[in-house]
Amino acid sequence: MSFVLDTIFSVSFWFSVLRVTTPLIWASLGAAISIESNVINIAIDGIMLVAALVGVIISAFTHNLCLALFLAVLAGVGMACILGYFNLKLKTNIFIGGIALNIFASGITIFILYLTTHDKAVSSSLKSLVLPSWDIPLIKNINILGPILSGQNVLTYFAMVGIILYYFLLYHTKLGLHIRAVGENSEAVRSVGISVVRTKFIALILSGIFASLGGVFLSMGYLSFFVKDMTGGRGFIGLAIALMSKNQPVGLLLSSLLFGITMQIVNNIKTLRIPSELVELIPYVVVILVLMFYGIGRKKKE
Amino acid sequence: MLKLIKYIDLIRIFIAILIGFILTIGIIYGVSEDASTTIWYFFLGPFSNISGMGNIFETATPLILTAVGTAIAFQAGLIYIGAGGAIFIGATMGTLIAIFSNAPTFIHIPFILLVALLAGAFIGYIPGYLRVKLRIHEFISSLMLNYIATFVGIYIIKYYARDMAAALLQSRELPKTAWFLRIIPGTRIHLGFILAIILSLLAYFFLYHTRWGYEIRMVGKNADFARFNGIDVNKVIVISTTLAGATAGIAGISEIMGIYHRFQWKALPCFSLEGILVVIIARNNPLLIIPVSFLIAYLKTGAQYAALIGDIPSEIVTIIISIIVFLVTAELFLEKWKQRLTFKEATKDELRS
Repeated sequence: MSFVLDTIFSVSFWFSVLRVTTPLIWASLGAAISIESNVINIAIDGIMLVAALVGVIISAFTHNLCLALFLAVLAGVGMACILGYFNLKLKTNIFIGGIALNIFASGITIFILYLTTHDKAVSSSLKSLVLPSWDIPLIKNINILGPILSGQNVLTYFAMVGIILYYFLLYHTKLGLHIRAVGENSEAVRSVGISVVRTKFIALILSGIFASLGGVFLSMGYLSFFVKDMTGGRGFIGLAIALMSKNQPVGLLLSSLLFGITMQIVNNIKTLRIPSELVELIPYVVVILVLMFYGIGRKKKE
Repeated sequence: MLKLIKYIDLIRIFIAILIGFILTIGIIYGVSEDASTTIWYFFLGPFSNISGMGNIFETATPLILTAVGTAIAFQAGLIYIGAGGAIFIGATMGTLIAIFSNAPTFIHIPFILLVALLAGAFIGYIPGYLRVKLRIHEFISSLMLNYIATFVGIYIIKYYARDMAAALLQSRELPKTAWFLRIIPGTRIHLGFILAIILSLLAYFFLYHTRWGYEIRMVGKNADFARFNGIDVNKVIVISTTLAGATAGIAGISEIMGIYHRFQWKALPCFSLEGILVVIIARNNPLLIIPVSFLIAYLKTGAQYAALIGDIPSEIVTIIISIIVFLVTAELFLEKWKQRLTFKEATKDELRS
């Protein structure tokens, strides 16, 4: 027990928590904006996976970080557009489409990985780049906070910017108003002459951008290579985070942190003599437990 | 004259599959260095010898078993994707019981099947219960249970049934009394295949010719309307996910008893997800599940032949299947053609009268 307490109060633990939380924030932002417009994007996980692979491959072949990042996001947006086109234009059920897209992502990433590296599991033979880490000037020198907050990956800082951006977009722009309105009552919105399909499509594209950034972080920040199915269900955890925080920006941040802390505790106690399988299932149990508490609370209110 | 309009769904599935095949050839031409040989092995390899043909049946068996249960949940309008977890838990619990018990075959096998079925039913029950009691969407809960079941299953095998002599993690071998009979010599086609056919026929009968089946379909079509007609929607939801989990549990142990004779999975087997895609392509119809499973089994077997000889990874099948799924589920795919047909039919009747 003292070992667990020691790790929890260490600086490196909290530094790692922020690292682990980053992809969850991106995933939950992607989920939240899609749920706001009432097209629940199940394919977040698949989008992350594709973006993660594209980032690794492009950076390995062009040695151009910006291009890699751009094309990775573009690929993710492309995936979101496929989902959007089939759901909004061809009336495919959004859940079914999302499931299919996730499976497609899992297949195509391994397919392309094999074609480029002749390896079906990891991309370590590719010399791919990693997104830089930043030292934050003043904060760096603060006693405990400095080593925790400074020296993180760019996309960790941008995740915070992402949340602020999400807040402004949703509550202080016309587009955000449209997205929320479409989610509330699409009939009413249609009657004032706003295109429901177009608004939903834009929400899905934004969702794709957020999710892609989470994916890129996984393979070019958290790790420095691509591993097959490396998301480990983070896209779905992001979905659960969005559901339980009702898409509120602050809620998204706090819930993501909750799961980040859980996952980092798991990473730490895996080294103890407890069977690792029983430790690794904790985050997924926590998802169900949190949704249960949320459900019980909702029931009491009624 | 053949009434095309009646078969419009079937035709749509057929066209989607055809497009899938064309895309397969296209991808192989784009990627493979010796495309014509690869294509030859992809499409004709499975028929080149008896073990190849047997392979199709062996691959189709778990797909059918997985899909049958999921079809019941989908018919109830539930997005239940927990088959994977039920397969895993059914297989681990079945393996455990098989190793630690002993009986003549005709008692041993039904007993193990029952254990796997109950284990699967239990893990299938949870999402239904959570949906009914706490309004937690079954998609998220069944998905999380897949991860949980994987870790629990590996834990059980590792600490209670591990074969210490093997370097990799796998269970001890099942006693011979727990092995499924191999039906056709020269192949590994086993009793599970017959079980799969029987179960899909039963599921069809259950869904279309019993009161419970009727209620399940009613809830799937319109839950509010079903409730209005006095159907206990909550009960239907719990029953459907439980049944889906139960059959998936059988699918898991059938693979162990028929093919491997020991537990050796380290992650969810790929047929767990593919089984769900089968259901979607077959439009939740238990009878259509059989041909669709065979088609996918054929593609998977072909892909193995192509991967063996050529330079195409077998994941090409996953890509093709998901594209077929998209085409089949696009409600408006070929819609114009359907409208034209409907219009023709309608005007023809008008002229006649």
